[in-house]
Order: sequence, then structure tokens, then C-alpha cells
Amino acid sequence: MNRSKWRNLKRELWSSKLGVAAVILLSLFTLGAVFAFLAPSDPNVMNVAERLHSPSATHWFGTDDYGRDYFARALYGGRVSLMVGFASMVLATGIGVCIGVLSGYFGGRLDNLLMRLLEIFLSIPSFLVLLLLSVYLKPSVGNIIMIIAFLMWMNIARVVRAETMTLKEREYVLYAKASGQGSWGIIRKHIVPNLVPVIIVGATNNVASAIMMESSLSFLGFGVQPPNATWGSMLNNAQGFIAQAPYLAIFPGLLILLTVLSFNVLGDMLRVGMEPRLTKR
Amino acid sequence: MRQLIVKRLAQTIPMLFFVSIVCFAMIKLAPGDPVLSFVTPNMHAEDIERMRHSLGLDQPAYVQYVQWLKQLLSGNLGYSLVNHQPVLDQIIDRLPATAGLMACAIGLAVILAIPLGLVAGANRNRWPDKLINLITYIGISVPLFWLAILLIYLFAIKLHWLPSMGMRTIGVNTAADVLKHGILPCSVLAFGFLAVYVRYIRSSTIGQLREEYVLIQKAFGSSRYTILFRHVLKHVLLPIITLLGMSLGDLVTGAIVTETVFTWPGIGSLGMTAVRGMDYPVLMGITLFSSLLLILGNLLADIAYSFADPRIKTMR
Repeated sequence: MNRSKWRNLKRELWSSKLGVAAVILLSLFTLGAVFAFLAPSDPNVMNVAERLHSPSATHWFGTDDYGRDYFARALYGGRVSLMVGFASMVLATGIGVCIGVLSGYFGGRLDNLLMRLLEIFLSIPSFLVLLLLSVYLKPSVGNIIMIIAFLMWMNIARVVRAETMTLKEREYVLYAKASGQGSWGIIRKHIVPNLVPVIIVGATNNVASAIMMESSLSFLGFGVQPPNATWGSMLNNAQGFIAQAPYLAIFPGLLILLTVLSFNVLGDMLRVGMEPRLTKR
Repeated sequence: MRQLIVKRLAQTIPMLFFVSIVCFAMIKLAPGDPVLSFVTPNMHAEDIERMRHSLGLDQPAYVQYVQWLKQLLSGNLGYSLVNHQPVLDQIIDRLPATAGLMACAIGLAVILAIPLGLVAGANRNRWPDKLINLITYIGISVPLFWLAILLIYLFAIKLHWLPSMGMRTIGVNTAADVLKHGILPCSVLAFGFLAVYVRYIRSSTIGQLREEYVLIQKAFGSSRYTILFRHVLKHVLLPIITLLGMSLGDLVTGAIVTETVFTWPGIGSLGMTAVRGMDYPVLMGITLFSSLLLILGNLLADIAYSFADPRIKTMR
């Protein structure tokens, strides 16, 4: 990653209103998740007298069916959703980069084996397996992160493999080889640093799909368990009160939409910004 | 061409084999003892052992796998642990509801995506493109279950225009009734597909507009929209088959959440019921079935793509 690429990236990002909006929104949501404990009310304190109050000055997002402050719940829910998204992304990216680099650099039989493995993963319907595994294993946050990562590493592995295959034919890599550097040294010093752009793009898109997967899982009731909330499980609950309190459904869904949307927008901009070879599409 | 098809088919068979191993492993790793579902309270320990023996559950795993695979190939996917019905029958029973819903959704998405994609591609980076771009961004980012809830609120609860759940009104058995129930789930699914299709068509339109025939048409004085809808459209249509192939894999999985929200009696809700009841044979049947569709869909997509663009052939 050199300086001109960073400059390209910044220009690409700031030239687009959508990109600026995505960055601002994500920063806001991250701050909200990190500083959720500063919320005026406790997310788990019930107050039956204040059941299903509409949004007001005291309860910005209203209150839910137990009289809990919905804004505080949304903040804490965002904390879990974002954490699951980031952690699965890190794990999936780790697996994907390892497999992609090994496959692309060493080629031959290892490559063949790993690519068959990847194809098997691609031909198993991931959401079904996600449901299955979360039934087998106890649906704790840690397990959900691992399962999602386990089902999401393939795209990054593919891109990294392709990029590694072109990188290893570059002159400086051939040079390093000729000068007697070991494979690991070359991978560490010459291959991986040049993979950073594709990894960042892939990772950004991965966060989006991880958050989506977690939300769907929690929405169906197989994700993070109560009393802890995530945006998905809040929506599950809101379904029952849709006639009296539609705002219970509107807020968490809007938060998921905006988060996933921002990551998707960001991912696309990063791709254009980092690889100017690909013309703006 | 034939060579490519044969080669891809040859690659598909070992894939199916591996997928079946994964599925089998998942049944085996499932918590709980499958014999217990056949056990009645007045059975003795020997009876249970005999039962285990007659079910072949005392054999080593690989023997069990071979047995299971034999059954599978003769069309026996096992029996539900909950209602003891054959799994295959249940899937076939639910298939029309899901297939019908998906066919409508995909059809609607394609019909809308073609003009949107063409217009976006032709007006690249101008306002129509930006607007359509925003719509597709929302389409790939919106949780479909949320969209479903909002539509139910608006059209079923507020306006009372459409029913919010099920496939038929009890006691009514007309096509119009099914259609009315299908509008909301179909629109939700179509919106999800639409975004993907529009992006695809847009970028292939951009590619086509660079081709020489467009320049020639321009030189002959054809208007922009004649070129777009008469000539570019033809070339953009064929690759859409690729998309349809890829959508085949989403048939079951994509419907799970939407079918659950609308309690649409298809394979997706069958799967959800199976998950809730820990009904592993049914789950395995559905997983195998949708893997098969996914693999076949990709195969179809590849073959269609090489028809559409013969240059691909040399790359494989």
C-alpha cells in the first residue's frame, strides 16, 4: 500500500456524498456501540407502567413491551451486532487469507485440494447450515461468530489466491527467490503487504454479510439469546406488536439497513479507490 | 461446447459425493440418539439394542454411510423424527408452493431489472444511474424480513388490502386467492433479486455499448433508445440465463426467512419447523436438496455463459 493509493482512496471517498455519509454513519454507530453504557436508561430495566410508549423526549425510540427503554436497547443491540460482524470478519478474513496465499503461492496439489474444499463450501447452502449449526451448538455470541466466519471465508480466499498468483510472478518476487530467500520470507515480506488492498475490500464486504447473517439468525430466534438483544432479535419481538407499536419494528430494521448499506457502499468505494485499473463502474 | 459440458458434469459428481459426506457427518454429529425416537416407555434395554441393530446404528460410521447413500440413491431420504412421514414426500409436497413463489419473484425481478439495468448502463454516472444505483444498494442491504414486516404493516394492517399470512383463506380454494396471498412475499423476494440483476445487467450494458455494432448503428442514425432496446437488449438477455441459474441455488435458502414471516407453506417453512423440532432427517433432506439445486444451478449458469460468450471456453 503506497502513498498514491491512499491518496486515490481518500479522493474517491470524499468525492462521493454516499461515501461520506457511510463513513459518518458507521463512526456514529461504532461510537454508540462503544459508549452504550452512557445511555440515560438501563436496557434491561423493566417498567410495566411505561409499556409500549411511543417515541418521546424521555424515550427517544419509545419503550418496548416490558417498558424497557428502546433507545438503550438499540445501542446495546448494536454493540452485539457490530461485534459479531467485526469478529466474524476478522476470523473469516484470517482463514481466507491463509488458504488463499497457500493455494496461490504453492499451487499444484495443495492448490487443487484447497480449491476443491472451497467448492464444497460454496455448494452447501450456507444459511441452512448456519441454522443447523446454531441448533447443534449452544447459541452463544462466540459460537455464532465462529459459525458465521466458518461459512464466509471463501470469497476472500478466492480473491487472495488470484492476486497471489499474479504477485508471485512479479520481478521483485522472482528476484527475492533467486537471491535465496525462503518461501515464508517472501510471503511475509513481498506477498502479504501487497495483498492489503484486496483484503481490505473483501473484509469490508464481509462485515456487511456477517451482520446480515447474524440479524437473520437472531430474527428467527436462533441467534443471541434474551435478555441480550441484537437488532435482529428486537425485530423478532417487534413482529408481535406491529399493529400497536410499529416503531418497535422500524428502528432496529433501519439500523441494520443503514449499517449494512454503509459497509457495502464503503466496500465498493474502496475497490474503486484501491484499484484504479478497474475503471469506475 | 460438448466437451465443456461433459467436463463440468464430471466435476459435479464428486462434488455431490462430498456434499453427501458432509450431510451424513452432520446427521451423525447431531446431539441426541436417533434410536430414542423409536423407543416407547415399555421397551426393555434388549429391545432397544435390537432396534439399534435393526436400524444398523451399531455398525461403524463408514458402513452406515454406504447404507445411507444406497438408500439415498434409491430415492429414500429417510423418515421425519416428528411425524414419521417420508422426507422426500414432504419435500415434494411443499415444493410447488416454494417453486411457484420463487418463479413469480424471479420473473418479476427480471422484468423490472431489464429496463432499469439498460437505462442505468446507458446513463452511466448521470442522475438516472445514480438513482437506480441507490435503489440497488438498498436492495442488497435491506434485511428482507424487515421489508416483509413493513409491507405487512402497511398493506395488511393499515390498508387491509392484502392478507398477511398463509397461502389460502380457509375454505376458499381459488387461484385468485392464492395469488392475493402471494403478492407480498413475492414482492419482497423480487426486491432482493432485483438489486443483483440490475447490477449485472447494468455492467453488461456498459460493456455492450463499447462494441462496434453500437457505433455502426449510431452512424446509421439510430436513436439512443432504439440502439438500447433493440440491439443491446438482445445481447444482454442471454447472460441473464446465468443469473437464473445462480438464483436456483437460492430457491430454498432464500425463501426460509421470507416464508417464515408470511407463514407461506413452502420448503423454507418446512425447514424452519424441522429446525425448531430438531428433526434432523428432514433438515438433511432439505440441505441435500438445496445443495443439489445450487450445484445444478451453477452448472447451468456456466454452460449458459459459455453459450452467451464463446470466448469463455478457452479459459477453462
